[in-house]
Amino acid sequence: MKHTLFAGLIAAALAVPAYATDYTIIAPAAPGGGWDQTARTMQEALQGEGISDSVQVQNVPGAGGTVGLAQFVSSAQGKPDQLIVGGYVMVGAILTNASPVSLADVTPIARLTGEYEAIVVPAASEIQDINGLIEKLKADPGAVSWAGGSAGGADHIAVGLIAKAAGVDPTKINYIAYSGGGEALAAILGSQVTAGISSLGEFKAQADAGTLRILAVSSDERIEGVDAPTLKEAGLDVALQNWRMVAAAPGITDDQKAAISADIEKMVQSKTWQDALATKGWANTYLAGADFQAQLDKDIAATGAILKDIGLVK
Amino acid sequence: MTTFDFLLQGLSVALDPMILLYALIGVTLGTAVGVLPGIGPALTVALLLPVTYGLDPAGSLIMFAGIYYGGMYGGSTTSILLNTPGESASIVTALEGNKMARAGRGGPALATAAIGSFIAGLAATVLLAFVAPTVVKLALVFGPRDYFALMVLAFVTVSSAFGESARKGLISLFIGLALALVGIDQLTGQARLSFGVPQLLDGIEVTTLAVAMFAVGEALFVAGQRGTVDDEVIAVKGSVWMTAKDWARSWKPWLRGTVIGFPIGAMPAGGADIATFLSYAAEKKMSKHPEEFGNGAIEGVAGPEAANNASAAGTLVPLLTLGLPTTATAAIMLAGFQQFGLQPGPLLFATNPQLVWGLIASLLIANFMLLVLNLPLIGLWVKLLTIPRPWLYAGILVFATLGTIGANPSPVELSMLLIFGVMGYAMRLYGYPIAPVVVGLILGPMAEQQLRRALSISQGDLTTLVGSPVSATLLALSALALIVPLILRARGKGKVLSQLASDED
Repeated sequence: MKHTLFAGLIAAALAVPAYATDYTIIAPAAPGGGWDQTARTMQEALQGEGISDSVQVQNVPGAGGTVGLAQFVSSAQGKPDQLIVGGYVMVGAILTNASPVSLADVTPIARLTGEYEAIVVPAASEIQDINGLIEKLKADPGAVSWAGGSAGGADHIAVGLIAKAAGVDPTKINYIAYSGGGEALAAILGSQVTAGISSLGEFKAQADAGTLRILAVSSDERIEGVDAPTLKEAGLDVALQNWRMVAAAPGITDDQKAAISADIEKMVQSKTWQDALATKGWANTYLAGADFQAQLDKDIAATGAILKDIGLVK
Repeated sequence: MTTFDFLLQGLSVALDPMILLYALIGVTLGTAVGVLPGIGPALTVALLLPVTYGLDPAGSLIMFAGIYYGGMYGGSTTSILLNTPGESASIVTALEGNKMARAGRGGPALATAAIGSFIAGLAATVLLAFVAPTVVKLALVFGPRDYFALMVLAFVTVSSAFGESARKGLISLFIGLALALVGIDQLTGQARLSFGVPQLLDGIEVTTLAVAMFAVGEALFVAGQRGTVDDEVIAVKGSVWMTAKDWARSWKPWLRGTVIGFPIGAMPAGGADIATFLSYAAEKKMSKHPEEFGNGAIEGVAGPEAANNASAAGTLVPLLTLGLPTTATAAIMLAGFQQFGLQPGPLLFATNPQLVWGLIASLLIANFMLLVLNLPLIGLWVKLLTIPRPWLYAGILVFATLGTIGANPSPVELSMLLIFGVMGYAMRLYGYPIAPVVVGLILGPMAEQQLRRALSISQGDLTTLVGSPVSATLLALSALALIVPLILRARGKGKVLSQLASDED
């Protein structure tokens, strides 16, 4: 009897960390990028709203997030106070880098925010609308150069999807990879390339100033304040969201997962989080539970297929 | 209103006591993180971002800019005194600066770096105010082929600028280019020479290589020679301050460094490191004392230090006018702008003139603060060199290791530091110059990417490389820089041959 009581006490003591309110969030990128900002905004909201007493953000940059992911999988095993931020780019990076760990090795909690892709041309370009660009692409795929972010990332995948939907061989696309949407922006503004593709946020200010023309966006519905059709309206069956998510450690119990999910939901509904999304221009695309898992599986399958089509993954 | 009116209006914002306080905090922090290896301005601003959330936007952004400028000042200190460049922009400073320090002229080296930074920072900030929109237009003219031509020019001038033997210099450069291939190829996303080690996927960190080669290699070299060299400590010989001759030899490099640094900083694929290499090469070419290069020529400190500060101001041009960050610190400052709901870009000058001009005016004031802060510290810093050598080098090893682990906490990074340290020792032993390795690592990937982008855009047509006026001019200059010395050497055969002979031993 005494023995079981003792064992019960130990079990209770061990169960406490399941409700611990301290978190460490791994941002698998250098300070300043989207994942880092997501992690630091979470830190602010979780602490500011009193959901957690203390939140640490740790940067583990490298290789599209796969270095941070690998470290997280090996060191956070079964620890309910460890979180990692990730996103759509990671899905592609896991495949192109032949990463030994994948998103199946962590416990995805929820999709938090997302950005849609925008296809742009410089204001002086002769191309007036998305159909004009697609016609050029069909006529000679190599003659249309696209500037966007890193190879195998969301921008590159979107171009592959567009080509495929337009009936153009995706291996023929002429994609010029830059280290990010910002560096690509300079090439687009300088008319070094035919078109540009990156997150809408990278181009919005230039489009408002009239130096860039947005031809289309990759959302399902038109985006408020953006005078451009969706790709679907233009007859291309492509919708792509460059999302960011939060995941918990592998090997945690269902109770622990539920506790983390509850904390994240509380955070997403908080005013601090909502205000931060508004000032940063991030769309709230919160999706959790089985719905998120289903969306994730779908994205992983589609990304694998298109990366094979483009020829980046064998 | 004219630019001048705007600037006056900005000064009235900047002279607000609270804003002055923010600027002071920024430059002080910046100097401190510049001196400490491993912590750079980018990380500092990232750590401060959440803290400043509730603060005044103008004040916070001015503080961030102060950190950026301060980091450029502070970075020179460890380069000169300890031969451990904390960031890629101060690698070149270590070449001549550390030689000067070891010859007992650490004071003048630090002084010319500080005053050069001040003058360049001041001139470049004024340029930022008056020519920002024009500079942006020029920077956008630079396409991939033009960048490639610029890299070719940098390679040619750099390989002739470093070391006495062209053969050894080129071997060093190619070691650097080979190391530059490690990691994910940016254009296809495929891993190269990473041998399944995930930490190698992002390539070899420039500061790790530089610290390993300069600091660790040097420490091993000194330890290896113990007993054969005397252990006399030469802290300061002559004055701590610059002599009239130092001034006379410094002012032109300061101005040239500014002229080189500002436009290169403003270019989307430029950066402070390229500016410092070009400035060093230019100073060596123009110097009346070329024989002093490699042994502590003051021009080799004055020019590059001015160039890196001018390029910091140049970086703000595309950031403010295009919303385009060209360095890590600028990227985080962009995040800072967005945190306050401001989108840098073509409309920022129109929608928030007070903030933009306040920021520019504050930078002018921050520059004065940095000079006042840094000059009196020189006397203190040079005392570091009076530490007995074994202690000093032990300290350098500790600093180098801590800095590397601090920036990237992984055993792989530490192993690279040690391996490259041993490599640096071996190269020193056999008389191979170190700097071209670092130059190859920094410029190699840029040159490769720009070349492949240019050829991809032209669909494989090689004539595109000379197809724009900018690229054609730059390539012609490179050809001249390569051929003219050859002709000169051919004419003065005897001298060259004797030089070659002396290189062989």
